[in-house]
Amino acid sequence: MAYLPNGAAERQQMLEAIGAASVEDLFASVPARLRHPRLNLPPPLAEQDLVTELERLAARNHPLGELDSFLGAGVYRRYVPAIVRAAVARPEFYTAYTPYQAEASQGTLQTIFEFQSMICALTGLEVANASLYDGASAAAEAVMMAVAQTGRHRVVAEADLNPETLSVIRTYARGREVEVVTADGIGHAVGPEDACAVVAQPGFLGTVDDLLPVAEAARAAGAISICCADPIACALLVPPGELGFDIAVGDGQPLGIAPSFGGPHLGFMAVRQELMRRMPGRLVGQTHDHHGRRAYALTLQAREQHIRREKATSNICTNHALTALAATVYMARMGAGGMRRVAEVSVQRAHHLAARLTRLEGIRLAEPDRPYLWEFALRVPGDAEVFAAALRREGIVAGLPLGRVDPRRGDQLLVCCTETTSPASIDRYVAAAARVAEPAGVGA
Amino acid sequence: MSGMPVPGAGAGEPVAEWAGDEPLVFELSGDLRGGPREVEPGVPVEALERLLPGVGLRTTPAPIPAVPEPVLARHLGRLARRNHNLHQGIYPLGSCTMKYNPAVDEQLAGLTGFADLHPDQDIDDVQGALQLMWELERLLCEITGMARISLQPAAGAHGEWTGLRMIQAYHAARGDTARTRVLIPDSAHGTNPASAALAGLEVVTVRSNSDGTVDVADLGGRLDRSVAAIMMTNPNTLGVFEKDIMEIARIAHEAGSLLYYDGANLNALVGLARPGDMGFDVVHLNLHKTFSTPHGGGGPGSGPVGVAPALTDFLPVPTVERTGDRFLLNHDRPRSIGKVRAHYGNFGMLVRAYAYIRSYGSTISQVAQDAVLNARYLQARLAPLFPMAVPSDSMHEFVATTRGCRVPELRAIDVAKRLLDYGVYAPTAYFPTTVPEALMFEPTETESKRSLDLLADTCAAIVAEAERDLEHVRSAPHLTPVSRVDEVEAARRPVLRWKPAE
Repeated sequence: MAYLPNGAAERQQMLEAIGAASVEDLFASVPARLRHPRLNLPPPLAEQDLVTELERLAARNHPLGELDSFLGAGVYRRYVPAIVRAAVARPEFYTAYTPYQAEASQGTLQTIFEFQSMICALTGLEVANASLYDGASAAAEAVMMAVAQTGRHRVVAEADLNPETLSVIRTYARGREVEVVTADGIGHAVGPEDACAVVAQPGFLGTVDDLLPVAEAARAAGAISICCADPIACALLVPPGELGFDIAVGDGQPLGIAPSFGGPHLGFMAVRQELMRRMPGRLVGQTHDHHGRRAYALTLQAREQHIRREKATSNICTNHALTALAATVYMARMGAGGMRRVAEVSVQRAHHLAARLTRLEGIRLAEPDRPYLWEFALRVPGDAEVFAAALRREGIVAGLPLGRVDPRRGDQLLVCCTETTSPASIDRYVAAAARVAEPAGVGA
Repeated sequence: MSGMPVPGAGAGEPVAEWAGDEPLVFELSGDLRGGPREVEPGVPVEALERLLPGVGLRTTPAPIPAVPEPVLARHLGRLARRNHNLHQGIYPLGSCTMKYNPAVDEQLAGLTGFADLHPDQDIDDVQGALQLMWELERLLCEITGMARISLQPAAGAHGEWTGLRMIQAYHAARGDTARTRVLIPDSAHGTNPASAALAGLEVVTVRSNSDGTVDVADLGGRLDRSVAAIMMTNPNTLGVFEKDIMEIARIAHEAGSLLYYDGANLNALVGLARPGDMGFDVVHLNLHKTFSTPHGGGGPGSGPVGVAPALTDFLPVPTVERTGDRFLLNHDRPRSIGKVRAHYGNFGMLVRAYAYIRSYGSTISQVAQDAVLNARYLQARLAPLFPMAVPSDSMHEFVATTRGCRVPELRAIDVAKRLLDYGVYAPTAYFPTTVPEALMFEPTETESKRSLDLLADTCAAIVAEAERDLEHVRSAPHLTPVSRVDEVEAARRPVLRWKPAE
């Protein structure tokens, strides 16, 4: 047996020490008719056969690295420095448990403290937690925090939130009879009956709007302002805290975490000091040991489920510590300067691609008057699904056909560039788009 | 702070390298503008102000320093040494199932064909990933006896809440709208009542008998038309199988309530008995417990949730479906409770769990058998030292208490902290809260007899030591990178981030 260290001799010795005749006796409290159901499970596999089997499944996929991919929409293929993978592959980190026994867990605790500090630095806010599941559920937790804080039961969300985020907010809200309304330009829509105003930086379509008025309008209405922020964008733009937001949440996946078909990624949350005790999830604090040495421990646990049970701020227990470690190592390796350069390269490439594509007949920006970072909505001739399928036949993933999330945008693609999108890949996209959009062959 | 003198070390004496303070990354570098060489844009560059008109750009960098790679590597190496972990020693945390994480599973999850997939790729580009998810769902259905399973929840507590939302949707769809309460035994994990509250349900606590199992009479008396569900863990948090489970299922269903299974303790039964056969309607699993995906220092985990046939309509969207040889994502499920997180689940964890189940296949019940055998053996070894919380036979874990042991003043926390000095992680202490001075041990099936003997011998040595020199035990740990950490101070004056010295 692959992972069972005891053999027949040890099992027999242990049974004798227990005073049991057989292992079956140890299950006597389980009613006999429940025991040993006939299970339709495949035969066990030798490790080598297991590897062959899973490599066969993996080979049925076409990973991004084989393609020229321009997909983003909340999940980004960014370069992961080798030291990030090396760190999360260390068993000292990945096989450890939640650091309840502080004295034997200082490594994990200190990296979480560093993570919290970096998320505060990035978002411009005062308190960050140890991580949440992903950006979408972090936004939903922030909304539930605002409901608890204000006692109000309506939420206003900007219409161009990531649809995944909006749909998760709705699921959380339904359970608590909280109403979610969406609007364009919610600075005008937030009122005294609202628990919070939720916006994104950048928006789902990659655009950047001036969010200062939203934070101000929310404050005037007595509502909590929540900004769903891209962490790489936070290295380039004035961060949510400086814009006056009460809460910043987001997905840390761009910080050294593989796309991995949508998970595991990394939720983060940072808040103003006044909201500290309403935060969900773990918090690590700096303190001392009994000899006065600097040390770290889980703290303010009176908010949490294992102490407060039904009165806890959230039910979260296991969070995403290992992907938070990846993000910590990524941020420490890159620094604010490195992250900003990553952002700038992405902006330059996206704008270059957009400029060349919009020179083609029938292709233009869907939101031409709004500034954007590294993603843009592109209007193509005809059905965007057909356009994307034609490019896919040439090994290019042209972007997300927006009709999948908004039927009014059936002729649009959400196109993304990062620092991993090579200039050669951009050339191929433009050439292929010219062939598809302009069959006559004139072009860029 | 770094280079602080270490207690006990005389001047000029070498000390263990992990025993000094490790600087924070903010103290290792102050470089806010440099960092590694970045790729050249490779396209004509324009001024950012022109590309981003009117956009507020940072004028000062975020205070995150770039740490040179050699310095960062050593920082991480030194921090790694300050962590107990499964490659160093046993982790007998009750209720946590800290079993060995197979090396091959890490390798397989890292395959480019899995890790480098985008969730929005065309269905035809991700057939292998969808097939893996579809097959994993079937395997888990077979093991639990449920009709369908959603792989979406990111952790056990997330699965609990997802399951309760489906239970609410089920009752609502039947027009049975007065069911607003959940019955939860007093020994349950804290996540159960917290998840119920998050779903907007009222929690009613049910008493346990002196044998540690649910008091069926107390439960029956509380079952009425206001009860949406009973949440149970089986075996329960005392490690005791709920012997009356079939009767509980019968009276619950008779009263119109559903029965929820917290899968935290499935390791006792995996392959050997199924929650579905016991009458449970909704089941969540912790892949990071029973199915060996690593804990990662506190996640990412994965908390799939399974349902009986009557609840399949309410599963989160999308579900993975198969038509012929082709796999699809079905978003068109009007009765679904919605999405509970972005995309389809913690896919990297699903790959590991799938590999784990395939490696055991039809022999997986040996896991439960060895898990219970190991726990019962350890219990037999510890019984002369510590009284047990309940007289019942336990399964994969058991709860002992220091109350009534040979040293009356010895507390659970003292044993827990002194174990750390021996390179053994502490058992879960002070849980369940119904047991005073509780020490909850769960060795798992991946510990050898030799490892269990070492743990038992260590516990015996600690009790003997406490008889001689209680103070030395009570002031433990002495050999860890830091001595007992002042958690009161941490909570009284919270310092939750690094700030530059004023």
